[in-house]
Amino acid sequence: MNPAEHLASFGRISYDTAHLIGAVILMMSFGLLYQRRLTAVIRTYSLQAMVLALAAAWQALVQDAPHLYASALIALLFKGIAVPFALNWLVRRLGIHRTVETALGIGPTMIAGVGLVALSIVLVLPVTASSTAMTRENLAIAMSVVLLGLLMMITRRNAVTQVVGFMSLENGLILAAVGAKGMPLVVEISIAFSVLVAMALFGIFFFRIRERFDSLDIAYLETFRGERR
Amino acid sequence: MIIGTVLAGFLCLGLCGLLFNRSPLIHRAVYTGCLVLTSVLVGDGLWHIVQSGQEAIPSMVLPFGLPWLKAHFRLDSLSAFFLVAINFPSALASLFGIGYGGHVPEPKRVTPLFPVFLFAMNGVLISDDAFVFLVSWEVMSLSSWLLVLSDHTNPEARRAAMVYLVMAVFGTFCLLSAFGLLAGPTGAYGFVTMRNAHLSPLAGALVVLLALLGTGSKAGLVPLHAWLPLAHPAAPSHVSALMSGVMTKVAIYGLIRILYDLRSDVGWEWGFVMMVLGAVAAALGVLYALMQRDLKTLLAYSTVENVGIIFIALGLALAFRDHGEIALSALSLVAALYHVVNHALFKSLLFLGSGAILQATGERNLDKLGGLLNRMPITGFTFLIGACAISALPPLNGFVSEWLVFQSLFKGPTVAHWAMRFGVPVVGVAMALAAAFAATCFVRAFGIVFLGRPRSKQAEAAVEVPYSMQIAMAIPAVLCLCLGVFPVMVTSGIATVVEPLVHVVLPAAVLGWPWLSPVSLTAGSYSATMVLLTGAGLMITTLLVVHHFGNRAIRRAPIWDCGHREEIVNSQYSADSFAQPLRRVFGSVVFRAREQVEMPPPGEMSPARFSLSMSDPIWNGLYLGIVRVIDAIADRVNLLQFQTVRRYLLMMFLTLVLLLLVVAVRQQ
Repeated sequence: MNPAEHLASFGRISYDTAHLIGAVILMMSFGLLYQRRLTAVIRTYSLQAMVLALAAAWQALVQDAPHLYASALIALLFKGIAVPFALNWLVRRLGIHRTVETALGIGPTMIAGVGLVALSIVLVLPVTASSTAMTRENLAIAMSVVLLGLLMMITRRNAVTQVVGFMSLENGLILAAVGAKGMPLVVEISIAFSVLVAMALFGIFFFRIRERFDSLDIAYLETFRGERR
Repeated sequence: MIIGTVLAGFLCLGLCGLLFNRSPLIHRAVYTGCLVLTSVLVGDGLWHIVQSGQEAIPSMVLPFGLPWLKAHFRLDSLSAFFLVAINFPSALASLFGIGYGGHVPEPKRVTPLFPVFLFAMNGVLISDDAFVFLVSWEVMSLSSWLLVLSDHTNPEARRAAMVYLVMAVFGTFCLLSAFGLLAGPTGAYGFVTMRNAHLSPLAGALVVLLALLGTGSKAGLVPLHAWLPLAHPAAPSHVSALMSGVMTKVAIYGLIRILYDLRSDVGWEWGFVMMVLGAVAAALGVLYALMQRDLKTLLAYSTVENVGIIFIALGLALAFRDHGEIALSALSLVAALYHVVNHALFKSLLFLGSGAILQATGERNLDKLGGLLNRMPITGFTFLIGACAISALPPLNGFVSEWLVFQSLFKGPTVAHWAMRFGVPVVGVAMALAAAFAATCFVRAFGIVFLGRPRSKQAEAAVEVPYSMQIAMAIPAVLCLCLGVFPVMVTSGIATVVEPLVHVVLPAAVLGWPWLSPVSLTAGSYSATMVLLTGAGLMITTLLVVHHFGNRAIRRAPIWDCGHREEIVNSQYSADSFAQPLRRVFGSVVFRAREQVEMPPPGEMSPARFSLSMSDPIWNGLYLGIVRVIDAIADRVNLLQFQTVRRYLLMMFLTLVLLLLVVAVRQQ
């Protein structure tokens, strides 16, 4: 695709809207990194999932692929509502400390995040030179979201924030999946299931840590394994 | 066809041994079966050698193995030769096993594996593709490994088995890579296509190196020999005879197959390398043997020496071939194969002898034996013949083959390169030294075990072993003499075997029977028959002279008591004291042998103590060095096992980011 065509796709409403929604999802990822309170983190995550549902729905409309409505619905109901609700319930039920405990300060994390976004853009744009502009931008944003999710998992101490980071990573994957043309629903369902399984696993994990150590800080787990004295 | 049936027979016997291991009768039956089957193979191999050249090389394709590659078998004259060289000692070991197999610590762990071991070795010989070759090779390694492990309650045997397994895996890995390179990217694993494969110089050199490492580790070439003196003695004696006398020959067969048959353009440098390695193995191997107190370990180290001699001849053959001296190359190969046969014979004989001693006394330690010649005359006499043969005394067979190796070694400077010109004399000296050491070593072994007075109660109570075992030792002893006395027949037989490899028939003897003069009439000739006749003539003359002209008056004098009082047997020469002169001269450098005498202070009644310490330079330097390096790396890597969850995630994340960065940079 030559630059002229590339420029030409900017004016189109389908492209611009998809781009906007993608950017909002990316912003939400930064928001996740920025929040200092657990409830706010969960709320941001919920918002991100809802925007993701919007992105899927928009893609369904633009690509004329009705099965993407189903994945939009899954994203909305399951990720946007059920999971944040469950997490909130966990936080209240377990009486978890409401501040986000960071391993790396908020500022450096944000800078690292910007670097990662730059990396994924540098990486994705040349690789996908032959595909449509929509796919390209979409993939770059999705990859940034995935990397930011990973970043969140490693720079936050609390297990709840790690779970949120993991699920935000999944959001990035789904964003990539809905953006690519002709991706069958099977894949999305499997991804949704994997999140579900992860959720169940982490739920059990929480209770176990809680039962044993009376805290959700994974540092206690490390002490238990004899790595920290 | 016959061979296929026989090989299937081996497997059936193995199964029989496995299923009916309760009855002692079945052990005898299995060994008898092995005896019959190996004898059939010997006959078949001989028949093929005699027939070679007159009819097409029999080959067979069987529909198993890899789906796209059927199992190929072929019996050319080289295979047939090794079939004889391997199955004859195997037949002897089976015969020995009939009487001996019931007395090993755990017969039911040995009997089922014995035929499987034989099966695998024969499988290696007749295979005509890399797949069958490697599978048979690996079955051979594993079955012998299990045989080493048969005495599993003994920690020494367990350690030996562990070292052996590691080295066997290493060897197979090398061979696998060598065949992979030979097969090339198309994966043509048949030997037929490998013969015509064109390799780049680097790949060709790698094939030779890997083949040397792979077969050398199985044959016991220094410094890959470390497992051999541990594993061979740990197995039951008839299996030790197989491992030492036979399995090392299978390795040499593999080397010849790769370097002389599959590859035809190996450079002379490799011949030089093999020659030097062989010389090191020969000299070091026998020096090790000289220091051992355990009879079977001594024999195992002596195997290292003999493998070294075979490698010298093989290396020379390579060097000659690369320089176009085809006739000399044929001579060296004949010498190598002659020594293969000889070593298979007398090493089996000696190991079977050690088995007989072990059964009669329960001892392998030289210092616990002694005076066995009167108690076990047949064993003693056959062991003596084996010891003479391995020490290369004429008119026995060991002399002929070593003499042939020397003859071809003297022709080494024909290869016009300074390395060969300077290398050959050094190798010659090392080999001469090895021959002299071997003689010392076996004088010591025979003298300490069979002469003097018994050094323990067990040795005093020893009785001769059953007839089947005596016969199993007597046959190779007789053959050692025959192969020594009629060398021309053997060399002309081997010349037909070598002919397809070098495309020239070695002139059997310039002077003709009974003179063996391989190079030329003036360069050197040997007639064992003449030596024997002259020796016998001289003996008879001496006897007559003594009888006729000797003083017949009877003198009475106190008998000589061998320099020690009869009741103090410990004041005889011991194994260590016999080796002391050579230990002081060579051992103090090579093995860092240190003798220490602790004298009690004046006035105290306690005895003086003599202690001897030695260290194995190759084991301590090379193997423990490798172990240390691996340990150090493992310690570092082990840190990865004990990280926090977040740090694992961090590592994953950083790796991912790093890889992405690499991709990003390379795109620019």
